[in-house]
Amino acid sequence: MRIRPSTIDKLVRIGFNAQAFFTVSILVVIITIIFFKGFTHVNLEFIFSSPEDMGRQGGIFPSIFGTILLALLSIVFATPLGLGTAIFLTEYTKESAFTKIIRFGVESLAGIPSIIYGLFGFIFFVIKLKMGWSLLSGVLTMTIMILPTIIRTSEEAIKSVPRNLRIVSYSLGATRWETVTKVVLTSAMPGILTGVMLSIGRVVGETAAVIFTMGSSLRLPTSLMDSGRTMAVHFYILAREGISMDKAYATALVLVLSITIINVFAYYIMNKVVSRYS
Amino acid sequence: MKQTARIFYILFLLIGMLTISCGRGSIEGKGNNFTITIAGSTSVMPFTEKLAEYFMLDHPDFVINVQSGGSTAGVQACINKTVDIGMSSRNLKDDEKILDAITICNDGIAAAIHPKNPITNLTMQQIRDIFNGRIKNWKELGWIDRKIDAVTREEGSGTRGAFEELIMEKNEIDDGIMVQDSNGSVKEVIATDPYAIGYISLGLLDERIKGLSIEGISPTVENIKAGKYMIVRPFLYLTNGKPGDKVQSFIDFVLSKDGQKILKKEGLIDIL
Amino acid sequence: MTVITFKKEQFIKFVLMAFALSSLIFLFLIFAFILIEGLPLFHKIGLKNIIFGFKWAPTKGSFGIFPMIVSSFLVTFGALVIGGPMGLSCAVYLSEYSGKKMKMLLKPALELLAGIPSVVYGFLGVIYIVPLVRNCLGGSGFSLLATAIILGIMILPTIISISFDAITSVPKNFREGSLAMGATKWQTIYKVVIPSAKSGIMAGFILGMGRAIGETMAVIMIAGNALKIPTSILDPLRTLTGNIALELSYATGDHRMGLFSTGVVLLVIIMTLNYIANFGIKKKRLK
Repeated sequence: MRIRPSTIDKLVRIGFNAQAFFTVSILVVIITIIFFKGFTHVNLEFIFSSPEDMGRQGGIFPSIFGTILLALLSIVFATPLGLGTAIFLTEYTKESAFTKIIRFGVESLAGIPSIIYGLFGFIFFVIKLKMGWSLLSGVLTMTIMILPTIIRTSEEAIKSVPRNLRIVSYSLGATRWETVTKVVLTSAMPGILTGVMLSIGRVVGETAAVIFTMGSSLRLPTSLMDSGRTMAVHFYILAREGISMDKAYATALVLVLSITIINVFAYYIMNKVVSRYS
Repeated sequence: MKQTARIFYILFLLIGMLTISCGRGSIEGKGNNFTITIAGSTSVMPFTEKLAEYFMLDHPDFVINVQSGGSTAGVQACINKTVDIGMSSRNLKDDEKILDAITICNDGIAAAIHPKNPITNLTMQQIRDIFNGRIKNWKELGWIDRKIDAVTREEGSGTRGAFEELIMEKNEIDDGIMVQDSNGSVKEVIATDPYAIGYISLGLLDERIKGLSIEGISPTVENIKAGKYMIVRPFLYLTNGKPGDKVQSFIDFVLSKDGQKILKKEGLIDIL
Repeated sequence: MTVITFKKEQFIKFVLMAFALSSLIFLFLIFAFILIEGLPLFHKIGLKNIIFGFKWAPTKGSFGIFPMIVSSFLVTFGALVIGGPMGLSCAVYLSEYSGKKMKMLLKPALELLAGIPSVVYGFLGVIYIVPLVRNCLGGSGFSLLATAIILGIMILPTIISISFDAITSVPKNFREGSLAMGATKWQTIYKVVIPSAKSGIMAGFILGMGRAIGETMAVIMIAGNALKIPTSILDPLRTLTGNIALELSYATGDHRMGLFSTGVVLLVIIMTLNYIANFGIKKKRLK
């Protein structure tokens, strides 16, 4: 008996709905587990005190501080480099072999897995440049790692600024740099900031590249040459060593929550762009 | 919008400059803290951390930075003078003997299984055969018909080195056996898998995992002190030349009655 | 323009160009140092002995990484088997079947899924998937299967978003033509839309492969890290990434060089996959 195509069609539609539901439910399950197992242990004390007994007791303040420092400093270095590159590629040159090579370099950097960044950061910054396991080694490594993201998103943002804005600016006698900073960048800023936020999210969640460059000291990093942990590194060590399941879930919650807030913020900015131009 | 971006940017720069200018002082501006850097064996590390915690309570002007990295890395770091004290959970090799080694305590290595596993004793040969792949099933040892989930440490680990030297002797550890990179993670595997077996620091035995007697001798501190349980390795603090006064004060604390009491409480064998 | 402004503009252009070159410089540095540290061992021990060697015992002079190369591919293949069909059908659903509301729900959900750090995936894998495999199927649970499941979930966002782009870029008239000739929606999708989007979807799969092969933290928590080629999906295995991460902080001398050699092999594999994928995507865009 031949099944009618329209019946198959209906069945398929149901199948696809179920499929999408399943995918979303994976996310819901993950978030729910982390939330419910973690939130009883997350309180102000957890966020602001230091770990004791290898992390069995106490809080994760040094890790939170380390994460913030790492993320912010990486952005401080990567944004000028990345934005400058994007501006150069879009406003200052025409498409040529030169720009193709640079884009090739950026795409290649984007494809390198994080463990290789860890390997490179370890041998170059920690060992050869004798910076040791330190915030500085971590920052420099992460700067290179997030550079492609910043370049890509900035380029997209700058390219989407309408041509006539530039034309009007030039016709009024502005120089190229004036046009770029006063006209193009102001319009492209939301898109650029989205890229920055996404990169921050990436740094916060990264472990492999961080643990081999910034190290895993439990102390609060107070200078660039100090080692320290990020939340992701601390969580990894807690989980792997089975030090404390409760603290592990709590750290995971703070970690995932931070990344979620950062991503939501990025989305919010991105939507402002969409609404501005539609 | 540009104004807000500018403000954010300046904020980032300020934080950056603040960090750079902090130098080696503490953030509350306490002034000159003295930092001791210790790195090496993952087995010794948690105990050093504990000792450091106590030490820093009495000496708030000290900051002790403890890193892991493994015994071999600790030896190297000490030779290169990148740390004040290196930690090792194995004896020094001949070409490493330029360093001074101070035994801070001894640590037994215990073969451990899940509490549900009814076996209580194994011979040395049986343990060798398990880790070398000759015995693959628990039924060969008197339990149910089920594959043995053995777990070992990674190459370069002091604990593995001691295990290979004292138990495996010339036998090699089989390739098909799971590997974890710290005592803690080995313990986690054993504690959650009823069919697992591994070897860990004696001090880590607790109600979640069970230590096995070897040739009838159970892995306890008393048996080690009595010389009956022989699977023991020293925990060493390594220094390159004579350590400075500040570093020495920490080492003195570790070797003192108070320090040894802390180590004893953790299940290590004190050397007093 | 005055001379001063012209000089200023020249200077700015120069600075920006230097910034742009930095990407190339960093890329060069990374390749250079990994190669400098990794190649000598190939010379000393022999390329064949490393890539096709079966025994990894670096402190005793064996640097064979063949089992790890095989394991990396096995785990990636497994991840594609699990994540590929699910991802593709999600992408189809998003572009062909879902309404605005579902889109608004799914897209942020996928972004969130992509943002969860790999250590969290690894942790949840150890707590939930490993015991599940052990209790239902046997073995220790630390296995090819468990790793493939977690990696499959992790590459979902990549596969979904690239496949979605490929499918939505199929021109509307293709679909309309098919429907006009009496085909049902589903027939249109699998006979017309998907074949047209084929190269984009393939690119998505290849990029997903690249992600899976490069994944480190989740893998070392779940895979068991044994040095043998797995003979069943319940056996533990070690990937190239796992090898590096497990031993890097302990390794010195030749052992460390061996890890860099592992890194070289890994880099070659991933960069190749990335270039193939990007080439595929660009070809699609040019059409």
